[in-house]
Formats: sequence, structure tokens, C-alpha cells
Amino acid sequence: MSKPKVAFYWCASCGGCEEAVVDLAEDILEVVKAVDITFWPVALDFKRGDVEEMADKELAVSFINGAVRSSEQAEMVHLLRAKSQLVVAFGSCAHLGGIPGLANTFDREAMFREVYSNVPGLDNEEGTVPVPESVVPEGTLSLPTLWDTVKTLDQVTEVDYYLPGCPPPVKLIKNAVNAIVSGQLPPHKSVLAPDIALCDECDRLATKPDKLSIKEFKRPHTSVIDPEKCILAQGFLCLGPVTRQGCDAACVKGNMPCTGCMGPTSRVHDFGTKALSAMASLADSNDENEIENILGKIVDPVGSFYRYSLPASLLHRGYVPSVQGGRKQ
Amino acid sequence: MSSIESGKQTFEPRIIAFFCNWCTYTAADLAGTARMSYAPNVRVVRIMCSGRLDPQFILSALREGADGVLIGGCHPGDCHYQEGNYKALRRFTLLKRFLRSMGIEDERIRLEWIAASEGDKVQRVINEMTETVRALGPLHLEAMSMERIEDVIPSELKAETVAASGGHHE
Repeated sequence: MSKPKVAFYWCASCGGCEEAVVDLAEDILEVVKAVDITFWPVALDFKRGDVEEMADKELAVSFINGAVRSSEQAEMVHLLRAKSQLVVAFGSCAHLGGIPGLANTFDREAMFREVYSNVPGLDNEEGTVPVPESVVPEGTLSLPTLWDTVKTLDQVTEVDYYLPGCPPPVKLIKNAVNAIVSGQLPPHKSVLAPDIALCDECDRLATKPDKLSIKEFKRPHTSVIDPEKCILAQGFLCLGPVTRQGCDAACVKGNMPCTGCMGPTSRVHDFGTKALSAMASLADSNDENEIENILGKIVDPVGSFYRYSLPASLLHRGYVPSVQGGRKQ
Repeated sequence: MSSIESGKQTFEPRIIAFFCNWCTYTAADLAGTARMSYAPNVRVVRIMCSGRLDPQFILSALREGADGVLIGGCHPGDCHYQEGNYKALRRFTLLKRFLRSMGIEDERIRLEWIAASEGDKVQRVINEMTETVRALGPLHLEAMSMERIEDVIPSELKAETVAASGGHHE
């Protein structure tokens, strides 16, 4: 019997998810023994044409990482969806939008202006920006269109399972591959990680006080973190209480606060707001001005609470007023 | 939102109000029995305590078409559950800063302490807020939707423009 065929693809991502597959180390041999990797642009020389030639549903599963933010990514995602029995959103970006999703506080126009015109030391006097079509003497050249809005994978196509994390922990990847190979699949559309908060698996849980209250929020680059005590109790924004577990509290083990890459548990709709709500209510004051001061130390609410999930949030994106009335339709 | 097309003057703001059971909702009841009239733009949702107001409710209201959200709770020190209104205040403080970063004006969400006896304050706050939000205009929900702008190539990025100007620049 032939082995199930598997594809890996990346959209708007950093490559860390591909690295996580490599982090399987010798276990990757087990994976290769069990499945046929037929498409993986970062590692193998198969082209889009090879996928196009496949029959519908020929792939057992496509692991797609990265957020979707261009016409090319959307095309590839739709193509892989058609050729796959299962699509797994692999990593925070595909799951919730990830770090690229923070671009949703801007739009394409604002980004282009910043990147191709305002950046200090930029040498672009002609103001060239990428355009979908350029006419040159040899003919018309084309580029994919960059979207205004970064999307999660399931905002573009149907997703069967989610592997959370930035990148997904090796343990969870192995579990997922085993589940697929053995056909023992969890309920459709589930997130392939335990549905319980991170604090529960944190080594420092015993030092977490029953009632947390914070007089001063601190930041890891300005204060020293005690390597033994609960990081949140020390005043650092540690999102453990609102984040799904499955990473063995890797960041906390490295003495850094949890930033929430595993996303929320199943009871939460909007991770960032829930995190914001949880952290704000810890401010240790009942006085309006003092509350303002304490919470003022959280300098970037969007980046702190929606670091991995802005596109998946209830608002999806920010409102960017048009600068020159040039806003599209 | 068909009222928008015919111009801003006909825009009627939709405001969702979350009133706590013990103070503000009772005050709204009082305003009703006292036959005080106020702007009909507010839809009141009764919750047990302003501290029960999950900020997700506020975002859901905005996402579902509210132009503003009003929160009413007991005066500081008067919370039926001791601390609920302080929790609401803390969350409100940070949520407002978050919404500002998302391009949503401060005036669209408002927190007021209204005691059970203050029916007139319910009237005043609702009228004020309706006018404030009316002046702001509708929430830019369309501009914040996921559906806009995808494969559509905006006219300013089309090839002719590039060829004509030698490069796309503001």
C-alpha cells in the first residue's frame, strides 16, 4: 500500500515553522517512513505544476503555515485545499494571523509609504513601489497583489485542524502526524493541543499567589526577572493564565514571560481582549488616576495582547483613515 | 446601513448600553416610570454587574453594527458585589487605549456611574452620547471588514499609472 502523501507550504511566515519540522530531528525519519512528502518548497524541488497535476484529494494532508496576505498565497492555498483531504493550519500565523497580522493596524498604502518612502536612508528617489503589472519594453511583467488585510488561513479556505504555537512544539507535531497516519483523528476543526491554560503546566505554578494584584507593570528589557517566582506576580505581562498549554511553558523555562503564541482555549472568542481584560483587572488600585498610571506602563496594548492574533480578533483589523482621499472603492 | 448613503444628517446612531442590574438599570427603569423621554438610539442590555461585562461583549457589539457602547455601573464604593465596578473601570481604561490604537474614537465607548435614584442622569447621558456619536458618524465597519480589497487591483496601482508617471508615488 502506498504511503499517505503530505505537503508543506508557507505563506506569510518567517520560516520558523519549517524549522520546527527540522526540529523533529531523528524523529523525522519516522515521519518519512510513514508518509511521502510530495511538496515542500523550502526543502524539496517540487514545483507548483507538480501539485496542479495531482488528482483532487490526492494529498492526505497539507500543513500550511503563515498568514495569507497576497493573491499568490491565496491561489496556492486554494490549490492545496482542492488536492488535500485534510488541511492543517500550522503555527500561530495560519491559526490566528500571527506576527504578520499586526500589519492590520495599517493598510497597504500606509505600509508602502513607510517602507518605500519614509524609511531613513532609503535610496528610492523615483518612488518605485511593487505594482501588480509593470509595462517594460519587453512586455508586461506581473507580481502578486499584496492585500490590505492579513488573514488567517481559515478566513481564506476551509481548515480541518489547527496546530498552534510560534512555532508549534515538536511534541504536538508528532502527535498530529501520528493521529493522521493512524486515522485516529480528534473532533473536526479542533486545535491539536490541550484545552487548558498554560499556568497549569508551568513549573512556577506553586509560586503564583491566589489573588494576584499588580502595582507596577514591568518589561523584560528594563527589569530583571526572578528565575524562580511566578513571572506575572512579579509584574511582567505573562499571558499564561489566558493562553492554551502544550508548549511545556518553554518561554517561562527560558525566564521570559508567555506572550500567548498558543492562542486561547476553546471558550474564548477573542484572545487579545480576554488577555487585556485579565491583565487590566489585576491593577492594584481603585482610583481612576492611579489605575491610569499603572496601566499606562503597558505601552502597546495591541502588540502586547494581540501579538499573534489580530486578524482572528473580533475587529480583524484597525481603521486606517485615507490619507489623500485615495481610498479604494 | 442605508441611512448613510442619503447623507450624514439622517444617520441615526445605534448604541448598545450595558447597565448593571442594581444601579443603572434600576435608574433606567425609574426614568421610564417617571416618563422622562430620551433618545431612542440606545438598546439596553441588563447585566448583573458592570464587572461582569467581558470586553469581548463590547467588541462584539461594535462588530455587529453598534456605533457606540455605553456602560453603566454603580458609583465607586456602591457596587453590590463590592469590587465589580472597579474591575470594570480598570478594563475600560485599557480597552479604550486599545481601541484608540485600532482607530476607534474614544467617544464611542463611555463608562458612567449611575445610581438607582438617578433617572435624570440616564436621560442626560443617553442624550449626550447619542449626539456625540451622531457627530462622529457611523463606525467604519466596512473599512474594517475582511472582505474588502483582495484580488481587486486598485486603479492607482494599475499599469497605466506606472507607465505614465514612471513610478507609483504619493
